[in-house]
Amino acid sequence: MPDYLLRIRRYDPDSGKTAYWDEHTVTLNPRNSVLDAILKVRNEVDGSVGIRCSCQQAICGSCGVRMNGRPGLACNTHLEVAAARGGGAQSTVPQTDGEGPAGVIEVEPMGNMPVIRDLIVDMDAVHWKKIQRVTPYLINRKPVPEREYIVPHENMVDITQTMACIQCGACVSDCLSMEVDPLFVGPAALAKTYRFVGDPRDDQHEQRLRDLSEDPHGIYDCTHCFNCIDACPKEVAPMSQIMRLRRRAGSDHKIVDSNNGHRHEDAFVTLVRDYGLLNEAELLPRSYGGNSWFGKFHPAAGKELLSSLPTVITGVLRGKVSPKIAMFGHKLPGGDLAAIKKLYKKIESRPQRLELNLYISGYEDDPEPAAVAAGSSGEAPQAESSASESESS
Amino acid sequence: MPSHDVLIIGAGLAGQRAALAAARTGATVGIVSKVHPVRSHSVAAAGGINAALNPEDTWESHAFDTVKGSDYLGDQDAIEVMCREAPDEILWLEHAGVTFHRNERGNLGTRAFGGASAARTYYVADITGHAILHVLYEQLMKHSDTVERFEEWFTTDLLQDGDGRCIGAICRNLRDGRLDVFNAKTVILASGGAGQAYKPTTNGLIVTGDGIAQAYRIGARLMDMEMIQYHPTTLVGNGLLITEGARGEGAWLLNAKGERFMEKYAPNKLELASRDVVSRAEQTEINEGRGFPDGSVALDVTKVPRRRTLEALREIVNIGRDFAGVDITREPIHIRPGQHYIMGGIKTDVDGRTTVPGLYAAGEVACVSVHGGNRLGANSLLDTLIFGRRSGEHAAAQALQMTMPSTPLSRVSDAERAIQEIIDRPAGGRRVSEIKDELGETMNRHCAVFRDAEGLQKAHEIVRRLKEEAPRAVIDDRGTVFNQDVIGAIELGFMLDCAEAIVVGAKERTESRGAQFRTDFPERNDAEWLKHIDISVNGADVPKVSYSPVTITRWEPQERTY
Repeated sequence: MPDYLLRIRRYDPDSGKTAYWDEHTVTLNPRNSVLDAILKVRNEVDGSVGIRCSCQQAICGSCGVRMNGRPGLACNTHLEVAAARGGGAQSTVPQTDGEGPAGVIEVEPMGNMPVIRDLIVDMDAVHWKKIQRVTPYLINRKPVPEREYIVPHENMVDITQTMACIQCGACVSDCLSMEVDPLFVGPAALAKTYRFVGDPRDDQHEQRLRDLSEDPHGIYDCTHCFNCIDACPKEVAPMSQIMRLRRRAGSDHKIVDSNNGHRHEDAFVTLVRDYGLLNEAELLPRSYGGNSWFGKFHPAAGKELLSSLPTVITGVLRGKVSPKIAMFGHKLPGGDLAAIKKLYKKIESRPQRLELNLYISGYEDDPEPAAVAAGSSGEAPQAESSASESESS
Repeated sequence: MPSHDVLIIGAGLAGQRAALAAARTGATVGIVSKVHPVRSHSVAAAGGINAALNPEDTWESHAFDTVKGSDYLGDQDAIEVMCREAPDEILWLEHAGVTFHRNERGNLGTRAFGGASAARTYYVADITGHAILHVLYEQLMKHSDTVERFEEWFTTDLLQDGDGRCIGAICRNLRDGRLDVFNAKTVILASGGAGQAYKPTTNGLIVTGDGIAQAYRIGARLMDMEMIQYHPTTLVGNGLLITEGARGEGAWLLNAKGERFMEKYAPNKLELASRDVVSRAEQTEINEGRGFPDGSVALDVTKVPRRRTLEALREIVNIGRDFAGVDITREPIHIRPGQHYIMGGIKTDVDGRTTVPGLYAAGEVACVSVHGGNRLGANSLLDTLIFGRRSGEHAAAQALQMTMPSTPLSRVSDAERAIQEIIDRPAGGRRVSEIKDELGETMNRHCAVFRDAEGLQKAHEIVRRLKEEAPRAVIDDRGTVFNQDVIGAIELGFMLDCAEAIVVGAKERTESRGAQFRTDFPERNDAEWLKHIDISVNGADVPKVSYSPVTITRWEPQERTY
């Protein structure tokens, strides 16, 4: 069994000392988990290493940490996988080759939450507060039936993906939007929201969506960085759930929020449809003035443009954008625009929107759902979706 | 000093259900848990929850299956209560928001489960416990004005007044190490089982028998402690659970020769016989040389259509991939019987009352007894909810007629001293983890699927020795903030008390019934042993053994075959 150099970020508020790296060499199988290594240290060397843990099978959600810079559960992250990532963000240890340990594994507490001790963070202060924010319980559709609600199996399987969230906080840890805006409701709580908005038994779909559309820290505060999708150990794909909330809010309930989130998103879609490429010069006018070429003549657009002038001028001065591009946009090679328009037509003419849900459509690299769908075409529209299509908006 | 009408210790399914039920009556409720409630081990329950809700099914059928599953050691009055109330409980959960999977008509869907004569297991993929636990926590958040939560508070002692009545608890806030007295008119223990007394176990690291030992120490009677369930499908090596739902969905068990060996042991129910029967069959195959070299047999999930596996058994697909490196949708996975559940616990009646006035117990910590010698899969979630609710209701009703007791704060200094003594232990003792490992390995060797007098005697001697060593076990952490080391030392004492009760019960029962199979007494002996073994504390000596009758209402014991 190879040796691993385990570096644990330690902090004890009792000690009056600042945080430090605590190093141990552990001999374990590469397919042992990072938690196995931490517990080996705790059991055999130093019982004071603080980490929450219980089930050791990625179900209780206790052991969320950062390992070599990436958040996840210590219990289902193999040593060889963590080691292969190389040192963490604050690494001071050079990568080893040949000599010395098989890998260096740096374990730190999760981000975006205050550290209580060692690897233990204050989830109440951030994570659970945000969960509380989204009215996290079913508001029953009336009348409540005497027996169970009759609802399609597909709906229940669909929301099982968000129900599978174990509240570990890994997505919150590395949410970039939350880093910039600590008030952002965040990936976990918004995924939890989809669990109600996608539940036919809930009575308040529109109110929930309106609330989180109008909140400047709500669904339109996400910047699509994908960090939460990478972080999630349970394939909940929080960002995908946020996008689904947006589609339900904007397309189904026609909620046009005062933050211009929905119009801004629409502007991207219509710009690419009209020009084949993003036209930055028209993005603001369309977002604020309405979704057409005439948007720029709307007073709101003018006001927004005026306030953005310093940014525009800096961009031009630094050569990020030329006055010509700023005025007329990029040029697309001939034929491409027609191909793009064809794509739009194909997707927009579908009778039903396709949603990616792993519980329904299997893994991304799984050839089977497509084959199944082909065998029973027309019956199971969800099953036809593939990763590339469903997140294209 | 918090004071509540009802104080609940433990916030898994039983505790949270008790809290919601008690709060509904207007009582003030406090719920204390050493972990955040959603980390409670109920979260790991996978396969489902039983109820005769389908119009073609009957509660009597469910009750009979449970009685037969218990090898006639279950108390039939309690089983009747549980099975009769099960359908309403499922509907309550459904209305509270549990995302039960449906059938093609949109009604609640069911899957087959072991030892059941009908498909009556309601489920959410293979995360049923998780889904219910998180939905109950949603309800706790909704009712946070009536249920006061104390998350990450560790209970060190139960308090009694001069008459022996339980009047609260002393708990330590893990955040800052502060101890406080929790006054209460009634106390409900819902702190789960004692799986960590075994190694390996499917149970999480937090499942250390705290409540069982705390109640035992203040004089509550334990019952059926010898009845330890070995789950038929746990991973070789780390002991992680593969849900019975896999077999419920159609997976097969195969020995190393590729034979579907359950045809020999349970020709009718095959893989879906009771857990004790399947575990014994597997262990027999392994012992007789028909297992794989790693001491296992194989579970073949490829019999289940891949698409169905990905939808309904996704969690074990992940467990196979992450913890065994096996894609269970493509190849069989090696499994063996592993410690999973304790049918025994604190003796209670159908309202959760223990033998200590003012003290209630519900869930795995308790023994009503509805599981008797062997619990049916998907009956434990039901047990937690039915008896959690009943305890909550009864305790609240009692509390509303009482005045608030109070405990002198001097009790806190006693508890503080006890913790300081642990911290101040001189070097030279063994490490807590070392003692715990020896305990777990001993129990798993001598008090497992097959038992005999010699092994049990040996186990008892080792447990007695470990009980002497444990008070000298050393710890490293001297801090106040999240000192998990000191908690570990206290938990070790709890586990040792539970282990001794288990071994004493197993030694006492000189017959084979349910999960207790004595190779030296291989037959069931109704004439002498159709009775419960009760265990109670006897100072520092070996616990006292007594007996109580099994309640039989309508099902006389018969020969048990599957």
